[in-house]
Amino acid sequence: MALRKPPLREVHAERGAKFTEFGGWDMPVEFDGIRAEHDAVRSSAGLFDVSHMGEIKVSGPDATELTNRLTSNDVAALDPGDAQYAAITNDDGQIIDDTVVYLLPDGETYLFVPNAGNDDRMHERWTDHRDEWGLDAVVENATDEYAMFALQGPDAVAIAAETTAASVADIARFTAVSTEVAGVDCLVARTGYTGEDGVELLLSASDARTVWTALADVTDDGATVQPCGLGARDTLRIEAGFLLSGQDFDIESGPRTPFEAGIDFAVDLDTSFVGRDALAADDPEERLVGIQLTERGVPRHGYDIVSTENHVIGEVTSGTMSPTLDAPIGMGYLPTEYADPGTNVRVVVRGGQKSARVQQLPFYER
Amino acid sequence: MSFEIRDDCRYRESHEWAHPNGVVRVGITDFAQDELGDVVFVELPREGDTLSQGEEFGVIESIKAVSDLYAPVSGEVAAVNERLFDEPELVNESPFEDGWMLEIEPDDPDLDTLLSAGEYRDQTE
Repeated sequence: MALRKPPLREVHAERGAKFTEFGGWDMPVEFDGIRAEHDAVRSSAGLFDVSHMGEIKVSGPDATELTNRLTSNDVAALDPGDAQYAAITNDDGQIIDDTVVYLLPDGETYLFVPNAGNDDRMHERWTDHRDEWGLDAVVENATDEYAMFALQGPDAVAIAAETTAASVADIARFTAVSTEVAGVDCLVARTGYTGEDGVELLLSASDARTVWTALADVTDDGATVQPCGLGARDTLRIEAGFLLSGQDFDIESGPRTPFEAGIDFAVDLDTSFVGRDALAADDPEERLVGIQLTERGVPRHGYDIVSTENHVIGEVTSGTMSPTLDAPIGMGYLPTEYADPGTNVRVVVRGGQKSARVQQLPFYER
Repeated sequence: MSFEIRDDCRYRESHEWAHPNGVVRVGITDFAQDELGDVVFVELPREGDTLSQGEEFGVIESIKAVSDLYAPVSGEVAAVNERLFDEPELVNESPFEDGWMLEIEPDDPDLDTLLSAGEYRDQTE
């Protein structure tokens, strides 16, 4: 099957990006090196094209009920412009996807952002349940109409402010405003997935070049903002302890509940949603923990974690060499008796065991 | 993008270079380090280990990838670049000089079974 392309695929190629397949999309994985891009986001700002993320719009009289019954959080609590992190769970309370739900500033339309490659599946999930429950709502998969960018880092808000009509500094965390960036209509949200302050922008795919170019070129000293690929996005989100769909949970190969995954804050058991009853009875025997190797090596997805008594007790779900900590870090699910920070464990790297310690997540917090 | 390819080296298709100078010095090419990106870990054999041509002699890891390293010639490991254990980034910064990996005392000093610089250049273009 042909890969889906972000609107600026050729612009990135001209800039010298390397590409990778991710979730069925042909995405830039690095522009100038993962470490350089990572460091730019931690110290100043970096600009990501995340147009592989899906956009599903839900409107109509029953949009709130439909979306509330399919997400783990409480969308009825959202004011216009609010954003909310949530899990989308099955009847067993296992995470199918994680998402951010926006109530758009018009106060009438929900827009939620499933992970790359999950947009069709989520569109179908919403329409199937709408029909099954006899609800009156319009569900639209708008993924191909949108570009999505993330400008992240301590200087991101100031940089965004230079081209944005509304006051970016006044946008509260996890809220969004409709405004213009470089003269283009955008939804500007104070959200991100890097552990830094910053904004994410949703805009028409046809205006992508105007906005990308404007953001990439704006700085006080005339230097350009560092463009970043998915490689740096991955190292940044691992340091911040954020989950990656398909890796830290996978409904087919590694189903996990929100409680196991440590995203309890995204679950509101006072609402009625698919998976709610299973979660109300859930007493997780395993939990997502941070792992740091104390000798040379790099933990990677799929590597076994063993106890000091040499029993396999889990698997690394995400891992990397942390550019910020200059240390090999990862995440994985361990039985609760091994989940306390400081517990000594080992990670099996190519048949050899490397000493490691359980760490409190996140590894990095601004 | 053009990558450095040295005429005084021979090459494997898997992107190791071999430089004959009494012993055979071995590393990975400029092209290979660029493909890998930021190198963060190198695992190498010990001095005195014997290698056969084409055998895996170690592993190189960048932030995004893990890659095996293959011996361009058969012989005994005469020296290992231990600087790489603490400074793996030398492979990126200086793949043909400070980023070298091994010196091998070759069983056969003839490197004709390897690619010439021109043949390797054709492969990477």
